[in-house]
Amino acid sequence: MIVEFRLNGEDVNARVVGPTSLLDVLRDELGLFGSKSACAQGECGSCSVVLDGEVVCSCLVMAADAEGSEVTTVEGLSTDGLNPIQEAMLRSGAVQCGFCTPGIVVAATELFRVNPSPTRIEIKEALAGNICRCTGYGAIIRALESLSGGEQ
Amino acid sequence: MQAFHPKTLDEALAAAADGATPLAGGTDLMVEVNFGKRRPEMVVGLRRIAELREWERSRIGSGVTWRRVERDGPRAYAQAARTVGSPQIRNAATIGGNLGTASPAGDGHPFLAAVDASIEIASTSGRRLVPWYEFFTGPKQNALQPGELITAVVLPERLPERHEFGKVGVRNAMVISTVCCVVTRDTEGSTTVALGSVGPTPIRVPAAEEMISAEPSPSDSALGEFARLVSEGVRPITDHRSTEEYRRHAAGVLARRLLERCLA
Repeated sequence: MIVEFRLNGEDVNARVVGPTSLLDVLRDELGLFGSKSACAQGECGSCSVVLDGEVVCSCLVMAADAEGSEVTTVEGLSTDGLNPIQEAMLRSGAVQCGFCTPGIVVAATELFRVNPSPTRIEIKEALAGNICRCTGYGAIIRALESLSGGEQ
Repeated sequence: MQAFHPKTLDEALAAAADGATPLAGGTDLMVEVNFGKRRPEMVVGLRRIAELREWERSRIGSGVTWRRVERDGPRAYAQAARTVGSPQIRNAATIGGNLGTASPAGDGHPFLAAVDASIEIASTSGRRLVPWYEFFTGPKQNALQPGELITAVVLPERLPERHEFGKVGVRNAMVISTVCCVVTRDTEGSTTVALGSVGPTPIRVPAAEEMISAEPSPSDSALGEFARLVSEGVRPITDHRSTEEYRRHAAGVLARRLLERCLA
């Protein structure tokens, strides 16, 4: 079946076989490898995308159900180089192996869009669905705190 | 595979009558798909149906996400919502999906049991309202018949004055309950206690409720007796997440702690 949706601001058609996930279609059909495939059960957050305005795990979105939706992946967060979240993470050494980084960038970008001055607790809660197996959480949280004017 | 994306409930019910698998947030169904346990031939996506997202006072549409319950729900229901999965899961997962899965560990269930909520179910032949204790029929089993969809959760018009949710798990976020619990306490002392993950379905503990409801200002020993009766009244098993003994112990401790919060 062919599924039509908006991806990073452009209309796309994707060939979808059976109940496959949006993540697999993004990677295997549309060639966007920023969203990572790891746990396949919504635990790790490395496949995070924005679907109709909400951060979700794309491994748990049935691609067929993305029909007519608006999807933003890590590739679509900025049209002009890195966004401020990505800059801050680079500055603070918040990237180790990098596998969790796209998911964290998506979740954090959405956090700051909704709440421009999150507290440390709010940052930690917003990233509760993103696992970093290098356990680089300290640097990740410090990177995001550096962007927040909120009370710490 | 055939996929439907109806905008109205009637269209969705027609697809369900034809045997389509309902798909709400996908956070349970897609795990089964990804691990090769299910491969539906026909799917009806429910997230475009505005009627299922409506929330009017005590009637909450089945398509309401845990994110919304976390923000707008009654205290203990919102507390429970905040512990469901992760932000990503709560943005997608719905209260109707939680009921459809009917996991014994579902964090949303104890609140519904504690306040005596009902579940509204529809099919092409009409609607019916099922009390929570008839809805949950076993582990991952519920009263839904083929062709039926969950349309809403119906809470009582008036909720008890105080209600608190708590959960024990092996970490703070993204964790399935070892025990979860809601205690409610009304102005005249009437108390309910409902627990999840300690039986095949969410359960109430009438012996503990009766004992503590008769105590206008419970003493330390009355609180201890309440905890003991809760521990005695639950029906946990040992599985990969915990042991029967630990769950029994934690159920009593947690229920007492929540009751103390209601009394504070």
